[in-house]
Amino acid sequence: MQDIPWGVLVILLPVVGALACFLCPRRSLQLGLAVALVVVVCVTGLGWQVVELGAQRYAIGGWGAPLGIDLYADGLSLLMLVLTAVVGLGVSVYSTGYFEAGRSAIFWPLWMFLWAALNALFLSADIFNLYVTLELLGLAAVALVALAGSADALSGAMRYLLVSLLGSLSYLLGVALLYHSFGSVDIAILAHRMEASPAVWAALGLMSSGLLLKTALFPLHFWLPSAHASAPAPVSALLSALVVKASFYILLRLWLEIFPPANFALAQLLGLLGAVAVLWGGLLALRQTRLKMLIAYSTVAHLGSLFLAFPMATSIAWKGALYLLLSHALAKAAMFMAAGSILYFGRHDRIVDLDRVAQRLPLTLVAFGLAGISLMGLPPSGGFIAKWLLLEAAIRTGQWWWAIILILGGLLTAAYILKVVGYAFTQAEVTHEAGAVPARMEWAALALALAAILLGLIAPWPLALMEIGLPFGVEAER
Amino acid sequence: MSHVFLYALVGVGLFTLGLYALIVHPHLLRKILAINVMGSGVFLVLVALAARTGRALPDPVPHAMVITGIVVAISATALALALMLRVQTETGQAELADERIE
Amino acid sequence: MTPMSMIENSRQQTLFRLLLILLLSALAAGLSYVVLSLPAQDPGLSEQVTAKLVHSGVSNPVTAVLQNFRGYDTLLEMGVLLLALVGVWSLGGVPQQRKSPPSDPVLDMLPRLLVPLLILVAGYLLWIGAYAPGGAFQAGAVLAAAGVLLLLADWRPDARASRLPLRIALVTGLGIFVAVGMVLILLGRRLLEYPPSFAGSLILLIEVAASLSIGITLAALFLGGRPEVEPRR
Repeated sequence: MQDIPWGVLVILLPVVGALACFLCPRRSLQLGLAVALVVVVCVTGLGWQVVELGAQRYAIGGWGAPLGIDLYADGLSLLMLVLTAVVGLGVSVYSTGYFEAGRSAIFWPLWMFLWAALNALFLSADIFNLYVTLELLGLAAVALVALAGSADALSGAMRYLLVSLLGSLSYLLGVALLYHSFGSVDIAILAHRMEASPAVWAALGLMSSGLLLKTALFPLHFWLPSAHASAPAPVSALLSALVVKASFYILLRLWLEIFPPANFALAQLLGLLGAVAVLWGGLLALRQTRLKMLIAYSTVAHLGSLFLAFPMATSIAWKGALYLLLSHALAKAAMFMAAGSILYFGRHDRIVDLDRVAQRLPLTLVAFGLAGISLMGLPPSGGFIAKWLLLEAAIRTGQWWWAIILILGGLLTAAYILKVVGYAFTQAEVTHEAGAVPARMEWAALALALAAILLGLIAPWPLALMEIGLPFGVEAER
Repeated sequence: MSHVFLYALVGVGLFTLGLYALIVHPHLLRKILAINVMGSGVFLVLVALAARTGRALPDPVPHAMVITGIVVAISATALALALMLRVQTETGQAELADERIE
Repeated sequence: MTPMSMIENSRQQTLFRLLLILLLSALAAGLSYVVLSLPAQDPGLSEQVTAKLVHSGVSNPVTAVLQNFRGYDTLLEMGVLLLALVGVWSLGGVPQQRKSPPSDPVLDMLPRLLVPLLILVAGYLLWIGAYAPGGAFQAGAVLAAAGVLLLLADWRPDARASRLPLRIALVTGLGIFVAVGMVLILLGRRLLEYPPSFAGSLILLIEVAASLSIGITLAALFLGGRPEVEPRR
């Protein structure tokens, strides 16, 4: 059991799935779903390996860094893989009902490539390899957004592609500077050889800018709402839940492992921008008239709140941010899927015309509500645990102003969630023709929303997982 | 300053020029070309600095990285061009609605 | 828009551009300083590569890095290439071209002369890649050039070949790469850990499949859309 390289399978199986779906478009749905199930099994295998044996390092080709490329699985990467597997399975089931045959045949190969890119990204221990996985991820995401075919989706996809390429190139220039300074692109070796120099500061700036652009931190968030809102609903779920979190994960890794800890000014800047994002995103979400746009701006706000951990920089703060990332991913995926069901049902997503969705799609509304509870940070959800940890970190480090931002963010979230729920109970002025929604879609959304709540109930286990490999363990106390 | 650094500086210059063009020009084809110029700049920095080994043979790892980078850049450009054509078909013009990337 | 507001807008635009030029000049200056601050001599990884080159199965160091030491990057990058094609195909059929003149003597003659030569050159580049600059990507690019030349001369593959056979050809490169990796795992080795005695042959096998796929993928990208679909307006 422990000799099987689960990590490698987790990366290669979606690639094989993509090739298979590309070769047999008519069978792509069955193939894709089968691959999803097998990948979940493999992630479980890897999880067992990491829990039993500790953090795992795998030297591809047998060469080992710095000559070869290493894969590295600790608690942090394992949690990201598990998140991807859970959301991925939910979205896969949802998509079997959402797309009709023609578009389904195109969706599955792209989705399989996206999944492979995510898994490869979370396991990579090599900053140049991360560049390649970032590009794989970006191209797959753009193609998936464009799948919707509307003018909005195509423009959103084009803007997203240009932004993504700009971010990747900035990141790559940073990689070039780091390689030519220290002679390696392996994260562990760079951490070992790291010493402050102009090249390191430049690399930090370039790589951070590129990754922040991809994570849509204010003011670099301008591309997100149009891309996430106009994409097909399962794609929006994947983008908000997983794709934006991938670049955040890389930033977190670089910050924790490679770059020297004396980044006080930059950390405060990130916290400040995050705070502005929370307020700005929340206020703009309130003003939206379309449901998917509202949810997209909510993503901007919550991504901002992830960055509040940077100025606090204690173990509790990082764990809180990671917990927020996990619960937001589950809740946001559920929310976008619920919005997709509503769109499928009523052929529109104008909030004021939601027309008694509560009675006609009760499962979907419960899913939306539960997801909302997690986003608002109410007990007993995962969002509540995350908020609790971050508030505790803010008070302990004496930076109580971040706590105020978090509370304000929660209030804004409550405002726009309840607005939507309110309209879902009222009758619209013009009743619209309803289409039947496949049960799979409603149940998949509900399952993910329940997972977001469950994350709050099982809190000790993910928190213990985060300890494996001590990704947050070694940092300067402030 | 050896000639190696001259090439690297040219790479930095290309990166910056490409960034300017990307931000300023509204037409999508120009933005795509700007991205390509920026990419060439980064590759030039990678390869030029690889010649600092002090021996006849340069460091092969950045060369391999650049080959990978070129293939990735081609793939991205192809997708961008196809997308640009679709945007033009759907919206009638090859520009994005709000005209520039900040 | 009145002339006055147009002047205001263009003044704003000029101001913005000046500010941008200022910022970017600062960026360029900073990056230049950083580049110049790097040591004048730095071996990088060249010594490690030279030390292990004899175990890699090829004697060209760049090919060794690309296909053996960092072969995983190459695997992912072939995925990127195929993904781009799937993405382009997902956007629709081949864009309608303007009608070319009925018979252009140059376009008629050029492919006949060049395509066989290009194929030969590609084969040479593929083979020589183990010893000198060359390899799968270089050969693939030359094959793609041959493909582009044919497409420019209005040649199109047979309609039946555009379906499954084309897809198989596109998938083979990445497929063989992944298959070799998986077989090595089944044999108890690590992913892409080539046994030194077979490394050269395995690399050649992968490169042959790869250059074919790369060439066809790039040519198909040039076509700009899915061939079996009705051409768009």
